[in-house]
Amino acid sequence: MDAKKTPLYDEHLRLGGKIVDYAGWALPVQYEGQGLVVEHEAVRNTAGLFDVSHMGEIKVTGKESTKFLDFLLTNDISKMVDAQIIYTFMAYETGGVVDDLLVYKFGDEDYLLVVNAANVCKDFDWILKQKGKFDVAIDNISDEIGEVALQGPLAQKILQKLTNYDLNDVKFFHLANDVDINGVKCLISRTGYTGEDGFEIYTDNQGIVKVWKDIMESGKEEGIKPTGLGCRDTLRFEAALPLYGHEISQDINPLEGDFKFFVKLKKGSNFIGKEALNKYYNDGMKRKLVGFELTERGIPREGYEVYKDGERIGHVTTGYLSPTLKKNIGNALIDIRYAKLGEQIDIKIRNKYVKAKIIDRKFLKK
Amino acid sequence: MKVLKDLYYTNDHEWVKIEGGEAYIGITDFAQHNLGDIVYVELPEIDDEFDKEEAFSAVESVKAASDVYLPLSGKVIAVNEALIDDPALLNSDPYENWIAKFEVNDRSQIDELMTSEEYEKLLAEEE
Repeated sequence: MDAKKTPLYDEHLRLGGKIVDYAGWALPVQYEGQGLVVEHEAVRNTAGLFDVSHMGEIKVTGKESTKFLDFLLTNDISKMVDAQIIYTFMAYETGGVVDDLLVYKFGDEDYLLVVNAANVCKDFDWILKQKGKFDVAIDNISDEIGEVALQGPLAQKILQKLTNYDLNDVKFFHLANDVDINGVKCLISRTGYTGEDGFEIYTDNQGIVKVWKDIMESGKEEGIKPTGLGCRDTLRFEAALPLYGHEISQDINPLEGDFKFFVKLKKGSNFIGKEALNKYYNDGMKRKLVGFELTERGIPREGYEVYKDGERIGHVTTGYLSPTLKKNIGNALIDIRYAKLGEQIDIKIRNKYVKAKIIDRKFLKK
Repeated sequence: MKVLKDLYYTNDHEWVKIEGGEAYIGITDFAQHNLGDIVYVELPEIDDEFDKEEAFSAVESVKAASDVYLPLSGKVIAVNEALIDDPALLNSDPYENWIAKFEVNDRSQIDELMTSEEYEKLLAEEE
């Protein structure tokens, strides 16, 4: 099957995007004449613009929306205020993760879930299955929505030139709806996946092309760059943000993944996976996600095995030569007995054991 | 993409330069372009012996690691140590910067390599 094209596909080709198949979507991994490292640095130092139209959007509306989402998700939805956004997991009964997502709250009976592209169908089916007698309506509107992410320290300056809406009023993890971006009505939020300030901007498939072009034009003097999937992964990794299928998955629960903050075991309502996660937490965890840095030559990569004194204790979930820190660092899911800062471990790279030490997983100190 | 006339080539986008019973091996212009900015090169050790088709080196961009395969069985007699401190030499001049030099065990394997004309044909198909 051919990969699906986002509304911005032609823009990527025009800008020299090197197109790859990602979760069934034809998207640029990087752009000709720039490359991953230049794009990564643009986001850290000025601004970058990502096409994230592949992300899924699922609407949850109706009288019992809040109650339903609190049952469905691990974070505490009842504590949300209007125009707020939270990050949460959707868990299986086993405690494993169906997906990680953002919840946008417009009102007590009106929410938008933004989910991973690769998981849209699975998520939608799962949510419908859990709906039961809850008085809610679930709509998958993914195909109607385009999305871009403008990320970097100059993001606000660039976007402000295109709107009369005072962007200072959009606080971190908050949204503003029906914002006029140079003539196109958009949902905007101060969110992202890079560890930098920035906005995610949603509108219909026609509108998003104009928004993309207008932002690229507006950001010219600030040195904005179109940015691809390659640096999206290095940026989120440095910022300690998980990627589904790597740091969390059906087989890696959020507590092992080191994301307890987003699992409210003590919230008022029951939720799917609570019993298993509670038990796992109280009975003593077996594995934990850690950060590490190689102390010998080599670059750690996803899937490499981790050893301690010749015994296999886990695997690397993500690893890179960090473009910002210029260090060979990674995340690894390992036996909790060794999950201590400063602990020496070995990473098996091809057929060699390379020494590493465990460090804080929040690599990027801001 | 640049292809030099007097070299041999492989399906995996390596080049081979034969000098008597010795072979220099590197990656082609096409390979370096596809990999992007090269940030790390793992070199074999002198006297390591490899079979034909075995990975003897790895070349890494920020994004990914790619093995480099040996098209001729042989023994390592020299490695290009300049690549340790400056892996990007493979980007700037991939044909000048060989990765390792081998003593060739079986000269008949040279006949199985691609000529520059054959390699150009392969590149045209990959485009």
